[in-house]
Amino acid sequence: MIALLFFLPFIAIFALAGVYVERKLAGFIQDRLGPMETGKFGLLQTVADIIKLLTKEDIIPQKADKFVFKLAPLVIFVSIFAGFACIPLTATMVGAGLSVGVFYVLGIISLDVIGILMAGWSSNSKYALLGAMRAVGQIISYEIPLGLVVLCVVMISQSLDLQEISYKQGIWIGTNGFYFSAQKIYLFGITPIDITKVGGFLAWNIVQMPFLCIGFVIYFIASLAECNRAPFDIPEAESELIAGYHTEYSGLRWAFMMLAEYGMMLLTSFLAVILFLGGWNTPLPNIGFLALADWTSGMPNTIFGEITAIFWIFFKVFCLVFVQMWIRWTYPRLRADQLMYLCWKVLIPFSLALVMLCAIWRILM
Amino acid sequence: MFPTQPQNTTNKIQYIYSPQHLANSEPNKFAENSLKNGEMSVNLGPQHPSTHGVLRLEVLTDGEIITEIEPHIGYLHRCFEKHCEKLTYAQIIPYIDRMDYVSAMNSEHIYAMAVEKMLNITEQIPKRVEYIRVLVAELNRIASHFVAIGTYGVDIGATTPFLWLMRDREHILRLLEWLTGARMLYNYIWVGGLYYDLPIGFEEKCKEFLDYVLPKIKETENLMINNKIFVVRTANVGVISLDLAVNYALSGAVMRGSGLKMDLRKKDAYSVYPELDFDVPVGTGAMGTQGDCWDRTWVRLQECYESIKILYQCVEKLQKEHKRTTDFNPQAFVPKKIRPEKQFLYFRGETPKGELGFFLQSDGKSDIPLRCKVRSPCFVNLSVLPAIAKGVLFSDLIAIIGSLDFVMGEVDR
Repeated sequence: MIALLFFLPFIAIFALAGVYVERKLAGFIQDRLGPMETGKFGLLQTVADIIKLLTKEDIIPQKADKFVFKLAPLVIFVSIFAGFACIPLTATMVGAGLSVGVFYVLGIISLDVIGILMAGWSSNSKYALLGAMRAVGQIISYEIPLGLVVLCVVMISQSLDLQEISYKQGIWIGTNGFYFSAQKIYLFGITPIDITKVGGFLAWNIVQMPFLCIGFVIYFIASLAECNRAPFDIPEAESELIAGYHTEYSGLRWAFMMLAEYGMMLLTSFLAVILFLGGWNTPLPNIGFLALADWTSGMPNTIFGEITAIFWIFFKVFCLVFVQMWIRWTYPRLRADQLMYLCWKVLIPFSLALVMLCAIWRILM
Repeated sequence: MFPTQPQNTTNKIQYIYSPQHLANSEPNKFAENSLKNGEMSVNLGPQHPSTHGVLRLEVLTDGEIITEIEPHIGYLHRCFEKHCEKLTYAQIIPYIDRMDYVSAMNSEHIYAMAVEKMLNITEQIPKRVEYIRVLVAELNRIASHFVAIGTYGVDIGATTPFLWLMRDREHILRLLEWLTGARMLYNYIWVGGLYYDLPIGFEEKCKEFLDYVLPKIKETENLMINNKIFVVRTANVGVISLDLAVNYALSGAVMRGSGLKMDLRKKDAYSVYPELDFDVPVGTGAMGTQGDCWDRTWVRLQECYESIKILYQCVEKLQKEHKRTTDFNPQAFVPKKIRPEKQFLYFRGETPKGELGFFLQSDGKSDIPLRCKVRSPCFVNLSVLPAIAKGVLFSDLIAIIGSLDFVMGEVDR
């Protein structure tokens, strides 16, 4: 319930702020100002855009399959929004504490494809159809390396529960009586240096299991493709397919698709932070008398703990979103076949090897 | 002929499509019922973001693979050649600006030289005038190449190089605005002279701009031309072999990208170009095959460096050898009445797009040409598109269109 009440307005606000930040960032990269006219520093620009979208005529092409056409944006949006349900924001704040959270998120993200296919197919437009065709091929392909890399994390953490994975990457493991009071965290997993009370970035999955660094890179590339972000924005390549699968959409329905795109960016970044970068744990370790980790993160279930946890998870998530935007405004777009090459011949072999490595590592642990 | 709009649904349906509408506008080459199994006909343009104007392509695709392609042109036809038959030689110049609107100075320069040749006054034109002409033409050449490279980046999916190059092009446009009062359509180079002399301080500002733009071009080269993704998108794509290029009479960067060292500035040695030192870059197939999209883009970028070289020399000559003097009148040799003897004349020159030629026919009695035929490089370069775009992927088609760098204003005239 918290998640529902919190995330729905949050995604909407994030999309508003995200669009503004992205435009400003693009402006900075491209040596221009970005929006400046509406409000101070153009702060109201996205609000003006939303008002424009709300007041636009709702056009449904005459030859479109009207029912499916209307349903598609909802399917896309709902499938992404539902993914937020089991994202743990703090040690206690999580919409649904599923014990198979990872599995659920991956499953629900895949439903997004059905919405995209519905949108492209029902528009009865050739460009939309081409876009949907590309999107489906791309997203289904990239789910394989994504899933394999997530499998590595699951093997290392021995859990599918996102909350448990978060606990295992910080100093609060074993507190509050739940979540494995006996378990310890070792530096690099197998060395006998106990860092259970050190925490910080040393306890993150990418440091606990150094091979997961490669895994993180694979995950990040695959998540860019999942979100249809540049350099993998092939489904909506504006210079080729006008706008891909949402060519025929306008007004509020289009806004929903845009919202879903930003929601997807956010969701994959949340997942990346929880799986690889310590979730809501602080990145600062305890070094001797400098108990940075203790100072910058509070005990779970206390007010200080909640605030610091929220701060750290959002800090990390926004860093990743920033990198996604940065990449978008730097790189050209790949071609559909090159994208498939990258997926099937580069990422999948690497992620399979990683699964093997992690399995062996786990046995040694 | 058109179905009437139902009264009660005006607010719901804006436009009722009927297959007749397409038939009314332009006949399609491929009918829907003649398509093979699995083929789809896609209409690309004239309002498509990457057709660089109003080109319309009728594309048959099998999934993502292009099987046939048919360009339809004429959406920007403004009867240039017919207009010329009603206008005096001097009045034609503003119309010439509107042919290739991103490099108007180059076209003006060639036209002015063509008419001067008809009048046999080529030798009388003062050197300073010629140097100023070359200066502005080369500035405009850089601007044109910036547009070509930048919009090509957008076609490939990189928006940042486009805006960087637009920023630098803006400086050129401001320089030319200072000089002529117009940003794109100048009417500056006149038959026999110039509209005005350079404003005081122009040479210095020009030099300042050159010092500024050189590192910026290098930056763009690193960001875009040498980018790994850009290379895999453009290398080995849309290869025009030298044979094909010669057979289609291609010119400009497209021809040089295919490996022929043909630059009319060198070959015909018109104006003051023989006195200037510059190279002609040709495509070598460094990243793929000779004559691919990458080569053409690379040649354009190298030409920017060459133009900068020319500009430095021009500025130096204009500051030292052919300095501004108080008695210098750029309109001194502008003929009061342009009435060439009865003759045919074909004059050609190198614009950023390629060989621009004017075929002029005069009857010796009037100051209006009997016929003015333009050999447009863009039109000729566009004609190769169906030959090289068969069997490529849809994304490659966009890459090929961008690499040919045509301006529809000149294709249709």
